[in-house]
Amino acid sequence: MSAMAAGLRKLGAMAIDGVWRFGFAARFFLALFRYSGQSFLRLPLTIREIYFSGVLSLLIILVSGLFVGLVLGLQGYDILQRFGSSDALGIMVALSLLRELGPVVAALLFASRAGSAVTAEIGLMKTTEQLQAMDMMAVNPLARVVAPRFWGGVISMPLLAALFSAMGIFGGWLIGVVAIGVDDGAFWSQMKAAVSFRYDVLNGVIKSFVFGVAVSWIAVFEGYDCQPTAEGVSRAITRTVVYSALAILALDFVLTSFMFRGL
Amino acid sequence: MSRTTLDLWVGIFVALGFAALIFLAVKVGSYSDMPRSSTYSVMAEFDNIGGLKVRAPVKSAGVLVGRVGSIKLDQKKYRAAVRLDISGDYAFPADTTASILTSGLLGEQYIGLDAGGDVEVLKKGDSLMFTQSAVVLEKLIGQFMFNKAAETPPPPPAPAR
Repeated sequence: MSAMAAGLRKLGAMAIDGVWRFGFAARFFLALFRYSGQSFLRLPLTIREIYFSGVLSLLIILVSGLFVGLVLGLQGYDILQRFGSSDALGIMVALSLLRELGPVVAALLFASRAGSAVTAEIGLMKTTEQLQAMDMMAVNPLARVVAPRFWGGVISMPLLAALFSAMGIFGGWLIGVVAIGVDDGAFWSQMKAAVSFRYDVLNGVIKSFVFGVAVSWIAVFEGYDCQPTAEGVSRAITRTVVYSALAILALDFVLTSFMFRGL
Repeated sequence: MSRTTLDLWVGIFVALGFAALIFLAVKVGSYSDMPRSSTYSVMAEFDNIGGLKVRAPVKSAGVLVGRVGSIKLDQKKYRAAVRLDISGDYAFPADTTASILTSGLLGEQYIGLDAGGDVEVLKKGDSLMFTQSAVVLEKLIGQFMFNKAAETPPPPPAPAR
């Protein structure tokens, strides 16, 4: 009986703790915006973070995009040629990349490549009491450390997703046109006819922007809120990757149901 | 890494990202959506629109001239009332025929306009007099089987079960 009561008590404590953390995360998000102006006055800080989250993620994003495009080319051709419409390969590759795979896979890679690094960096700064030291010197750590990392991620994410999609389409073209021999003109012209800039390309950019905000927010918050121990930092990094992946997939469903409801 | 090299890399990254966006916009996507201001709408009534959707293309001689604006059911005549938004660049005679066609065997349905010989042109709010409904495959097969059954002599009566 007492074991059950203890279990219930633990469950309740976890729920309350979750709500408390969520409230703190929301307050942290607002404070981040309040001090963003101060951090923009020192723009090199943000540019440095774009280098660390954007430029250093470039290689994994480009290579993954190429391979996803190659796979889409092979799988798409295998299915489409059964219906005698292998010319539509370009449409299939472009639409699946622009609408879903580009933003989602790029965001998942970004969360594990850049988000975890940001959490580790901020968490270690907290553990070694660098954040408190800044506070003592009247330097706001939100403006000096957190906001540049947040905005660096938000700016990098849509660019990385666009590069992923472009690379994927190139990969699909490589398999479809160069290796298999789908007609080059049909590949591009059918793609161009079926893909609308506003409906497909722009919605993909909006998706990747939202994912960028979500991943960067989770990464900086988990780093700022971690237990200041070695174990606490490692747990915070795990939480960043897990929560980011969940947030990306859940937000993707919500955004898709708003954007593509087939009229 | 010194500041200037870092800036250079970030600059290359941002330029690459925007180049990818421009590639997606220009080479992959299209701006086929015509601006709303330069279109005029005409109505067309069909007995059956099949699988026609809003924003389906309106073509004449295979050239895209507009889009389907809205589809409603006329509650008095029980026919489908379709609004066609036609680009202001194109004028059609008043006795133009609209028919619902399918591109390819499994393709999407669109509206084809066949120009007539009238001197007057269609204006905003006009209705098309001549329309041709979508071909419904089930009806076509039913008709075919009906004709086939009429040709051949009736089969011997089935044994009682």
